Amino acid sequence: MNFIDGFRRMEAAQHFRTTLADHGALLAKEGRSVQLMEVCGSHTMAIARFGIRAFLPPNVTLVSGPGCPVCVTDPGYIDTAIALAEQGTLILTFGDMARVPGSRTTLEATRAAGGRIEICYSPQTALEQAQTHPDTAVVFLAVGFETTVAPIMAMLDHAIRSGIGNLSLLTAFKRIPPALEALITDPGVKIDGLLCPAHVSAIIGADAYRPYAETHGVACVVAGFEPLDILYGLHGLTRQLVDHHPWVENQYNRVVKPEGNRQAQRIIERYLEPCDASWRGLGEIPASGLQLRHAFTRYDAHHRFGMTPRTGRPNPRCQCGEVLKGKMTPSQCPLFGNPCHPDHPLGPCMVSSEGSCAAGFKYAPGGETP
Amino acid sequence: MNDRILLGHGGGGRLTQQLIQEEILSRFGAGPLQTLPDAASLILKDGRIRFSTDSFVVHPLEFPGGNIGDLAVHGTVNDLAVSGSHPRWLSLGMILEEGLPLATLRRVLDAIQRAAHACGVIIATGDTKVVRRGQCDGLYLNTAGIGEAIPELSLGLDRINVGDRILVSGTLGDHGMAVLSVREGLRIQNGPVSDTRSVQRLVTAIAPLADAIRFMRDPTRGGLATTLNDMVLGQPFGMFIREKSLPLAPESIALAEMLGLDLLHVASEGCLALACAREVADSVLATWRSLPEGAGAREIGWVTDQAGRVILETAIGGQRIIDVPSGELLPRIC
Repeated sequence: MNFIDGFRRMEAAQHFRTTLADHGALLAKEGRSVQLMEVCGSHTMAIARFGIRAFLPPNVTLVSGPGCPVCVTDPGYIDTAIALAEQGTLILTFGDMARVPGSRTTLEATRAAGGRIEICYSPQTALEQAQTHPDTAVVFLAVGFETTVAPIMAMLDHAIRSGIGNLSLLTAFKRIPPALEALITDPGVKIDGLLCPAHVSAIIGADAYRPYAETHGVACVVAGFEPLDILYGLHGLTRQLVDHHPWVENQYNRVVKPEGNRQAQRIIERYLEPCDASWRGLGEIPASGLQLRHAFTRYDAHHRFGMTPRTGRPNPRCQCGEVLKGKMTPSQCPLFGNPCHPDHPLGPCMVSSEGSCAAGFKYAPGGETP
Repeated sequence: MNDRILLGHGGGGRLTQQLIQEEILSRFGAGPLQTLPDAASLILKDGRIRFSTDSFVVHPLEFPGGNIGDLAVHGTVNDLAVSGSHPRWLSLGMILEEGLPLATLRRVLDAIQRAAHACGVIIATGDTKVVRRGQCDGLYLNTAGIGEAIPELSLGLDRINVGDRILVSGTLGDHGMAVLSVREGLRIQNGPVSDTRSVQRLVTAIAPLADAIRFMRDPTRGGLATTLNDMVLGQPFGMFIREKSLPLAPESIALAEMLGLDLLHVASEGCLALACAREVADSVLATWRSLPEGAGAREIGWVTDQAGRVILETAIGGQRIIDVPSGELLPRIC
């Protein structure tokens, strides 16, 4: 069965080019210019990779939101991870974190200097490493939104049940809904419609967005990651705006249920509780993080190794915060391309494969659509 | 003989002699290596040669479709071939880690022997060193090679003109994806298979069209994206590539999608990218497709006047830049 080609058909895409133009014209008749935000980093990357901005009429703009977990992680977190590696701990991390600048250096440079830092694709690898090296303290860099939180908690659940004592998590989990709430209510940010994340929604459910539509009047569409998913999502958002009828349309119902994934929610709830969290660019947002509950603090690397959470110093010229709020496009940042470049990133948006600056640079150096 | 490599195998004494006799000369001793001279004595027919070297540190040593041995032969043979020559001789340098199972070494040497035979190249000289456990990852290889230039093939970026066609000889990124599929933590079944193989026949088969062949290269590390960008860098032309035309294997597509990788950034090890005059594109394709290693050949785009830019028309009809990958993408795939 082919799940790829069917979602990338040129003829269907051209149909959406027409309907988007029609919606744009109807909005223009009312003198309206609208701003849509794709929340999720995977959407950002797909939009750039498939050249989707070229399908939008001039009065519909699409900005990138805070949905790249690497991008919003505070530099102080990287500093703590580096300190742990320098103490001789074996660090396991998803690849994107390796090159994110902390206050003074990166995990990649720490590894080159002898730190034990390994890249993995699955949290399961951390569990296996802890089993293989019972005398080594293994720390997994537990960064991510709800989508990633669930499998990491399943891994921890397995570790606890198997009596593995040498594994802990350095958590910087983030929750999407409080961040969206903060953005939508920020008077300096104008968002008419949200292209809601696909996989986060699979966990939290489409109903999680109802307050944004019902209370704040923001159009919401839950869309998948394939190019036709995204075009259909933009079609849905502009349709809602034309109709002046914001609601939560779940177009990704082949994966996302209104109530989400109850089993994943249960395992998250068993081990984690909400906490205030610091987002790079957005600042401290109440209850927007998740931390291990008191009963499980021995699996919390901060607690186990006596690390006080650090507040890092991002590069003072870095504009990632403005980019993450959608107030600035990557190419409007004075550092974009020079000196901030994927080979020597100054800010996290240029590092992560899901970062909007990296997407902008990778697929359209100069920031323009070719 | 022990069933593992010992430091003594590199010490120059009896164990070294035994290793050379039993494992090296038994496979490669028919030619210039026979009497183990300090340097091979080779005779050229005439004219210019091509000279190239490459080191191989792939992890794991064995992967679907091949191992570090055939990769080391094909890597240098292909560099010689795409520069317009008939590969003739290779050197073989081996750095072995103490404790390497002899069975692994034998499988690698067997693969080198088979690949060299199939490519018509002779292992003319070599060297073996053994390092302590932990100082290398099983086994590293280096091959250097000499090829005799094919006089009629004169290749160069300065010969490329706007309107020329861009062709590739087979599916892209299969080697990198095959290696990735067997790396730690990924348990992929029925996944991608490395395309490690010689492109020599693909080159010689189109030699009769030499005047219209502008330039070719094998898209290895960094993938086709890097090859195309290298070709346009600092040149007065650019390229327009159509995503729909790219030959891609379903197994590689599936794994790349799963891992969020762009196959244009992933290495092939038995594929050619070529620029040729528009008039001969169909002939090149027909010639390549008559060979098994060229069965997947496709025309993927053309040369434009947009200096230095490689533009992709995406599957859905959008457009974007094809840029080179940054930093660590796939650790150690060749």
